[in-house]
Amino acid sequence: MKHVGEVKSSNYLLTKFQELVDWAVNSSRANSLWPMPFGTACCAIEFMATAASRFDFARFGMERQAFSPRQADVLICAGRLPFKLAPVIRRIYDQMPQPKWVISMGACASTGGIFDNYAMVQGIDTIVPVDVYVPGCPPRPEGLLYGILLLHKKIKGESLFDAVRRREEQPLDDKGLRLPPETIDEISEPFGNSVHQFRSS
Amino acid sequence: MIPGALRETVARDGERIVYVARDRLLAAMHWLKETPGQEFNYLVDVTAVEFRDRERPIEVVYFLRSLERRADIRIKVELPSTDELVVDSVWSLWHGADWLEREVYDMFGITFRGHPDLRRILMWETYAEGYPLRKSFPLRGRFSRAEQVRQALNANPEAHYSLEELSIAEAGGDLPEDMRDRLRRGERGVIPEPPPS
Amino acid sequence: MTKRTVELELATPGVDAQGRAARMPLKARAAEETAEPDLGAEHLLVNLGPQHPATHGVLRLVVELDGETVVRCIPHVGYLHSGFEKLGEYRHYNQIIPLTDRTDYLSPMSNNVGLALAAEKLMGIAITPRCTVLRVIACEMSRIISHMVWLGTTSIDLGAFTPFLWAFQQRERIYDLQEMWTGARLTTSLTRVGGLMADIPDRFVDKLREFTGDFPKTLDEIDRVLTRNAVWAGRTQGVGTLSAAEAITHSLSGPMLRASGVPYDVRKDKPYLGYETYDFDVVVGEHGDVYDRYLVRLEECYQSNRILQQALDRLPDGPINVDDPRVILPSKTRAMSDMEAMIFHFKQVMEGVKAPVGEAYVGIENPKGELGNYLVSDGTAKPVRWRIRPPSFINLSALPRMAEGHLLSDLIAINASVDIVMGEVDR
Repeated sequence: MKHVGEVKSSNYLLTKFQELVDWAVNSSRANSLWPMPFGTACCAIEFMATAASRFDFARFGMERQAFSPRQADVLICAGRLPFKLAPVIRRIYDQMPQPKWVISMGACASTGGIFDNYAMVQGIDTIVPVDVYVPGCPPRPEGLLYGILLLHKKIKGESLFDAVRRREEQPLDDKGLRLPPETIDEISEPFGNSVHQFRSS
Repeated sequence: MIPGALRETVARDGERIVYVARDRLLAAMHWLKETPGQEFNYLVDVTAVEFRDRERPIEVVYFLRSLERRADIRIKVELPSTDELVVDSVWSLWHGADWLEREVYDMFGITFRGHPDLRRILMWETYAEGYPLRKSFPLRGRFSRAEQVRQALNANPEAHYSLEELSIAEAGGDLPEDMRDRLRRGERGVIPEPPPS
Repeated sequence: MTKRTVELELATPGVDAQGRAARMPLKARAAEETAEPDLGAEHLLVNLGPQHPATHGVLRLVVELDGETVVRCIPHVGYLHSGFEKLGEYRHYNQIIPLTDRTDYLSPMSNNVGLALAAEKLMGIAITPRCTVLRVIACEMSRIISHMVWLGTTSIDLGAFTPFLWAFQQRERIYDLQEMWTGARLTTSLTRVGGLMADIPDRFVDKLREFTGDFPKTLDEIDRVLTRNAVWAGRTQGVGTLSAAEAITHSLSGPMLRASGVPYDVRKDKPYLGYETYDFDVVVGEHGDVYDRYLVRLEECYQSNRILQQALDRLPDGPINVDDPRVILPSKTRAMSDMEAMIFHFKQVMEGVKAPVGEAYVGIENPKGELGNYLVSDGTAKPVRWRIRPPSFINLSALPRMAEGHLLSDLIAINASVDIVMGEVDR
């Protein structure tokens, strides 16, 4: 709790009701996240390794993996996302109940990675909103665990009473996009070494 | 002597390559599979090669193997790029050719005559940008990224979800009307122009 | 050639009255086909995937059901199509190697070896003896981790969770070794054209020897838990049978082909990396059902372990890279001090390694089947065409044939037995 009042005696303490509720709700949300593993490629293997005995993300309240989006809190997109899969992840995201969060695991899910070509979505944030990006190709299990802990931190900082920060459903616009086309073009631009590859002749 | 054989070379890995006339392909394949002493009963792979030199014909390559004799051979058919890209399907000889030929169709736009179910396999059926592995196809696709995302998001993930699955021509209501028309006429892969930017 | 048959004496649906394992005879299929399906009955369509935990990735199956029996099963692939082959046309040969990690990401090292062998064949390079043995070690380590994933996930699909944890424990040990050697757990990028990116570090040999000593114990445990398990046998025996002739006409390869009784193994029949000098058995099944595929893969793990031990025994000293400045980068110190070495370094980094005009196909025995790399060169440093012959793509194309007539729950077992990895199916 952020503002704990002066302790008058050992029997009670003072705080704002709002913060008590935020603390109770957010801690319980953060500490029992049910992940929806949207595993597509290599990162899914590291995701499985994170779930297996050596790294064991059940220690962080993720004992139960929800393979149905309707019972999940956090969508973990592990692996590259081709255009053919784009409507699928959007539908899964739409099916998840609020409140919901998204972790983008790996370089391909976050930016398209080494696949700057005709088939690959250049970052899943053009399709669904993302809360935590975990870099790496693939990230080590420790990396994913760190991303999960970051998400815990983010959840604990949210407030139920803050109308602006409450997570609203972001429906697709009339073009069927969640971002303006110029924004998508901008964040999908080639970067780094891929600029220097020669174009098709 | 392989029927329809035009010429022979040897690849850098030491395998025999035989170029076969396009209209004699099925006869040659049948001969290779059934003739005692040849018995190439196993189809390893089917693929196509387009060269950077646009004048050179596109080659369809068949990798055959005889499991008994432990021998390999490579059969090639040349398709001049000015001509219609059509070749006979070898599905009747090897069922393994089913998906391999569909992939070549999907990636190069080469039609296999006599294939039981020739439609796109890796890209979705309404994919409008063309055939990705052709040299004229840019690495990042023809459309802008936003347009690609828009088309992908507007694709129906539950398309081809009908009892008449095997034949896309009968898929009915899942496909747009003009596409059903084209499919009914037997046309495939007409690439729409990219929208004016 | 090894054949394993297990007799069961349990009163379960997979066992006949005499206690012998009841299997569907391969010929029985013909009788089924003549029976007319009842077209008047209401058929149900079920869509499995692309996001379904039992489809091993993003495979989508549309299944037509009559009651619980699969009438028709139509796989839809391509949900992970990443354009590898197109990207390869824009990369130097050495730059393609990181791409191969990500095709079959369950056995990355063995994919690296496949591409390097094809490029070396194209350029006519003979690799050093130490490199050859190290590549054999890499291939067999990959086979073990790939089969371990298969065992773990398939046992989860069929309701056994414990083997998954055992299998992943062993995988972590190999991951540690891979990390020691290449610095990465999964995306190893081990090979270079003409050699390897690094020699094995100190203590690698000891650690691997320790692993090969312990590993059969885990296999024995899995064997004890699954092979004679009534549930396991009942759900896998006689399910998804393919005869040898069908396996050949569907171009199956690897354990799928051998489980149907065709003794073809690229390592024995078209040897590469000196596999003909190792003493190991080609594991062949009899019935071509899910159970035999399980036995074949389990036994292959033992055989891989044997190959690893032999390779460690014979590991020669010497350089890992060929002595050819055109293809192998000079060391950093030489490039900084020697003018000639610097020029070679510059040319290789800027222009890449040029391959002569021609083409080469090299097939290697990957855990999933025959992985082919077909490279066509027009004399430049980038291939005109890089084709992967994807074993699990071709193996998967036989799924509709295997699934029809079985129950929906058997479809999960059959699909698991193909051992697909979608990164390679869709490329």
